[in-house]
Amino acid sequence: MELLKEKVCLVTGTSKGIGKSIAEAFAKEGAVVYANARTPKCLDDWAFELSNKNQGKVIPLYFDITDLKAARDAVMKIRSDEGRIDVLVNNAGMVTYEMIPMVQMETFKEMFEVNVVGAFNLLQIVSRLMTRQKSGSIINMASIVADRGAKGQVSYATTKGAIIALTKSAAKELAPNQIRVNAVAPGMVSTKRFVEVFENKFSDKINNIGMGRLADPQEIADLCVFLASDMSGYVTGQIIGIDGSTEL
Amino acid sequence: MNMSTLETYNSIFAEIFQVKEEELNTDFNSDNVEKWDSVCQLSLVTNMEDTFDVMLDPEDIIGFKSYEIGKSILAKYDVEIS
Repeated sequence: MELLKEKVCLVTGTSKGIGKSIAEAFAKEGAVVYANARTPKCLDDWAFELSNKNQGKVIPLYFDITDLKAARDAVMKIRSDEGRIDVLVNNAGMVTYEMIPMVQMETFKEMFEVNVVGAFNLLQIVSRLMTRQKSGSIINMASIVADRGAKGQVSYATTKGAIIALTKSAAKELAPNQIRVNAVAPGMVSTKRFVEVFENKFSDKINNIGMGRLADPQEIADLCVFLASDMSGYVTGQIIGIDGSTEL
Repeated sequence: MNMSTLETYNSIFAEIFQVKEEELNTDFNSDNVEKWDSVCQLSLVTNMEDTFDVMLDPEDIIGFKSYEIGKSILAKYDVEIS
């Protein structure tokens, strides 16, 4: 059964990690996936291979999500090519690890630009198209640290807190148009980037995870498949934790 | 027969505001037209966007407050109303 058969999806930040897994899972479920990354051509081979292997297809879409006009043009291209857009996954983001005195304001602002402004811009544009369709699912990437807090992650946690607030309010405003807005709040996930940081800085934190292991990116992608699919047709305004019972 | 962009533009106004095209002039704006509220304005913009295949920036959606201003806003998106 293909849960996302022919659904037109835009997933941001798909060059690696969770975003890449989400795009792969969506393609496997039959979706038409517009996979975003910043660096031109970096997804071409992967997208071609995925499209050949699955029922769905993957179309690379290169733009910087902080370039508001480029983001709008990208969404317009999807509308021109497909006539609609069913799912937006606001996954692209940046993360840093530093104690409060070490947080540089420039980095703090940049993180807001990427994690919050970029995500809101896409939500604003895409939801206007979804309003015309009277359907759609928007999935934002939050984090366990937004709710629980974490030492050395004040900047990141602040942006993800904003994403949670954005999700809840957008869900209320868009519900009458049958547009669902939810957020996924992962704990520690075994992406290449995180594993490097984890091993160097806080490998002892494994004891904080009830399940005793990091999440596989695929497990986050599976939750996104559910939220993108009609299986979650009455789920909106929710921040869904996926952390294997992690204590921070 | 293909309509000109001006005829199309006028027909959208006429439909949204339920007026005759002859009533559309430089004084047709949010201050003078009783029916011109934010819901009507959003509906007007959405119709323009769908018809001319553009997507307006938020400041242009907010600024779309008269028959004349609308033409200059669309011109920014390479839609010439004539």
